[in-house]
Amino acid sequence: MVTEMINPNRVVADRVISTTCPYCGVGCNLQLHVKDDFIFKVTTPFDSPVNHGNLCVKGRFGYDFIYHPKRVTTPLVRRYLLEGKPRPEIREQRFEISRKDAEPISNHPISTLSDWVETDWDTALNITADNLARIYNRDGSDAMAVYCCAKATNEDNYLLQKMYRALFRTNNVDHCTRLCHAGSVVALQQAVGSSAMSNTASQVFMNDVFIVTGSNTSENHPIIALQMKDAVQKHGAKMIVIDPRRIDLVDMAEMWLPLKPGTNVPVFSAMAHVIVKEDLVNWDFVRNRTEGFDEFLESLEKFTPEYAEELSGVPAEDIRKAARMYAKAKNGAIYWGMGISQLSHGTASALALIHLAFLTGHVGRDGTGLNPLRGQNNVQGASDMGSMPFHYPGYMRVDNPDNRAKWEKAWNIEEGGLSLKLGLTTTEILSHAHEGGIRALYIMGENPMMSEPNLNETRKHMERLEFLVAQDIFINESAAFADVFLPATPFAEKDGTFSNTDRRVQRVRAAHKPRGMSRPDWQIICDVALRLESRLGLDTAHWTYSNPEEILREMGSVNPDYAGITYERIEKEGLIYPVPTLDHPGTPTLFTESFPRGRGKFHALDYVPVREEPDDEYPFILTTGRLLEHWHGGSMTRNSALNEIYPEARVEIHPADADIHGIRNGNPVKVQSRRGEVVVRATVTEKTTVGVVFIPWHFHEAAANLLTNDALDPQAKIPEFKACAVQVFPARESDLPNPDFELNRGRY
Amino acid sequence: MTVTFIMDGKEITVEDGKTILDAARENGIDIPTICWHEATTANGLCRMCVVEVEGWRTLQPSCIVPAGAGMKVQTRSEKVVRARKTILEMLASTMDLSDAPEVLTMMDEYGASHERFPDAKRRESEIKDDNPMYIRDYSKCLLCWRCVQVCADDAQYTYAINFEGRGFETQIGTFFDKPIPETTCVLCGQCVGVCPTGALKPKRQFLLETGMSPQEISVLNTGRKRRKS
Repeated sequence: MVTEMINPNRVVADRVISTTCPYCGVGCNLQLHVKDDFIFKVTTPFDSPVNHGNLCVKGRFGYDFIYHPKRVTTPLVRRYLLEGKPRPEIREQRFEISRKDAEPISNHPISTLSDWVETDWDTALNITADNLARIYNRDGSDAMAVYCCAKATNEDNYLLQKMYRALFRTNNVDHCTRLCHAGSVVALQQAVGSSAMSNTASQVFMNDVFIVTGSNTSENHPIIALQMKDAVQKHGAKMIVIDPRRIDLVDMAEMWLPLKPGTNVPVFSAMAHVIVKEDLVNWDFVRNRTEGFDEFLESLEKFTPEYAEELSGVPAEDIRKAARMYAKAKNGAIYWGMGISQLSHGTASALALIHLAFLTGHVGRDGTGLNPLRGQNNVQGASDMGSMPFHYPGYMRVDNPDNRAKWEKAWNIEEGGLSLKLGLTTTEILSHAHEGGIRALYIMGENPMMSEPNLNETRKHMERLEFLVAQDIFINESAAFADVFLPATPFAEKDGTFSNTDRRVQRVRAAHKPRGMSRPDWQIICDVALRLESRLGLDTAHWTYSNPEEILREMGSVNPDYAGITYERIEKEGLIYPVPTLDHPGTPTLFTESFPRGRGKFHALDYVPVREEPDDEYPFILTTGRLLEHWHGGSMTRNSALNEIYPEARVEIHPADADIHGIRNGNPVKVQSRRGEVVVRATVTEKTTVGVVFIPWHFHEAAANLLTNDALDPQAKIPEFKACAVQVFPARESDLPNPDFELNRGRY
Repeated sequence: MTVTFIMDGKEITVEDGKTILDAARENGIDIPTICWHEATTANGLCRMCVVEVEGWRTLQPSCIVPAGAGMKVQTRSEKVVRARKTILEMLASTMDLSDAPEVLTMMDEYGASHERFPDAKRRESEIKDDNPMYIRDYSKCLLCWRCVQVCADDAQYTYAINFEGRGFETQIGTFFDKPIPETTCVLCGQCVGVCPTGALKPKRQFLLETGMSPQEISVLNTGRKRRKS
């Protein structure tokens, strides 16, 4: 038999587990091939509805952080807690983010961390509950706060916000959506009354013109970028890229409008101006589906393309051409990312985009829509689960007594027991970390010491917390400040659901049992909650679940969007919410008849410059963003082989600017703002525009967020990550945090 | 518009423009394929899917030849079976099929011998291990072109790899033979996902097969790559 020629060492999987990718919001289907409780290969079905058999480097190869030796799988507590001593004034964190020779604590094996003691679950959970209860009894609800996690499942997030709302009676519940699409969420809430993508990403095939703005889709939503490229190459769609960087997609774009960071409002408003002046308006749509048009029209008068050119640097004629192209499309759509929302006028910026869809009626049909590409695998879900200070699950306002009553009933809470007071947002929680403010913080999976703006300031706030619980898989830059570390499991060791950027609720399945003593987040939360209830003498809000589906069903019994979702229904393929009943097929396209708020609302806008404009001292605009190979704060990807292919941060600088400063490609440079400085190598490239420099924010040793501005959008409270003023100086090789790292990539 | 024709004596009607292979699959007739893949553009390279069309001089690759009205197609004629067997024997004599279980199963089915051409020169090359994500073992490559296609317009639009060399020397390579990280490759692994013979393999699977334990593999990538001196 010829089949005997088969490779005798060939590894055959014991089992293949179907699950959802833990990286970006695309929500690709993964098949984990497991042998002896070790994932050795990832594939994806070619008939998968989301990704059609394609993956990116992170999804296909970036799961090895699960097995990284630095993963913590034993509960840890600080020595002082076990010895019954008072908390030291300054905790020894062994973590100096600003020092050049700094290694984060997570680079050390546990045994060298003398401040931490390995312990059993009971001890760690009791210490957690004792301290949280003590602080709550002393200082009340306003001293308590929690960061939920856009990486964790819907079930995990639902439980954690429930714990804080039901037990501590506080709405100080938030997660990283605040740092990502808060501007878009608030704008969409104001304009249409919903806050998710109106259409699915795969509908890009049905567009004939689409705008991609503030999104480096090829690196941050790689599979959606493939679909965009297919739309252009195989379906004849025209793509308009509006972005300060010459991103990969520009190669296939019909037009590229390179605007100065922070000038979204004038550019989009000038496009609206053209659409109105050239009478390209869809009057039926404006009359029947919107309101506030007249007032908006008045505010639009000054936004001529010439005025926008003056502010943004985009030629007026290009603005006209782009406006005409989008307005005249049969099916036009807009896809946007952080470049719109991460500004101190992020809400206005998103509103200006929404106006374009209102004017042209490019919303409410297949192949059109308002599509904020959500960043995290489950940022949509975490938001849906009420991991936000203003909303219960299902975007029910917390200051509405009717909503409160619904959740009081579900959680077995006395009438009027839940708080009507709006909670603090992510950034505010930390800036309120002082005597009389937030005293105890519980962080599930997030890494504010990388993701907050102005990290030197964040660091002070972290140090001022009285008690910090970190529930994570690594001691990352933030967990280094914790008093208790509760080892949770990554995606491949737990069951649950993620909701992707399409609003598609998909299954997450365990491939093997948790490593060491680590446990799924939902089980840890239930154990903490039960201990808290007994210490606080509360009636139980129900914390005994035999599986995660019971958690989702409890949430779905109050939140109509998820009412019709059961694990059985999403066994093979996810459902796109709203799914109001058990026989409802899901809703891929929203707003077909009307908007949730009734009519779409136009808002009069004004141009507000970014909070910190370049000047003689700090002449460059710094904009930050992400890389294909890395993920956000780096807890996962920097503990992966991914780090080997992209080991260091680089600053991108335009050749014309580099020339003036005598900087050559690969030279070390110091980038300095009013708040901090980093030393990195320069990549001299026309990918960035003159006057603008770019640094990815994944690298703790040269954290871009040491430089960024913590100015907030007044409504959405989102920080201005996308524009601050910096200076660039030549530096020495020896100033680099890691002069011997090699980065030699040929990709875009 | 539909087309009606005869396949293996049976009258078949399919949509105009469908290939003979599509028509066969729609009607439960098995035609073996190697280079064909649902996610790539068919290109008739491996010729495993050949069929005999009455009155046509040569065997036709069914994956690219559209079904035509009135055609009389035989999918298992003696000529067809002989051609498929010879294709398999030529593959087995020149390349390493040990990670291609589907091809080996076909060989058994067609009674193909790997010793039919004992003097044939084998296409052998060193394993290329130049990135932490996947290895390239072109001794196992049968040049189906799927990897090149998904790297190009069939999926990724990255164009990092292509054929290099001519005739017997043909191999898949990068421009200027650069290591993978220095090409336009984004390491998406679409190519690994469509490789039928194990020529492209995830690094961790490869290491496991060389006898390393999961623990040993897990500590491998924790050291960072140093700058070349």
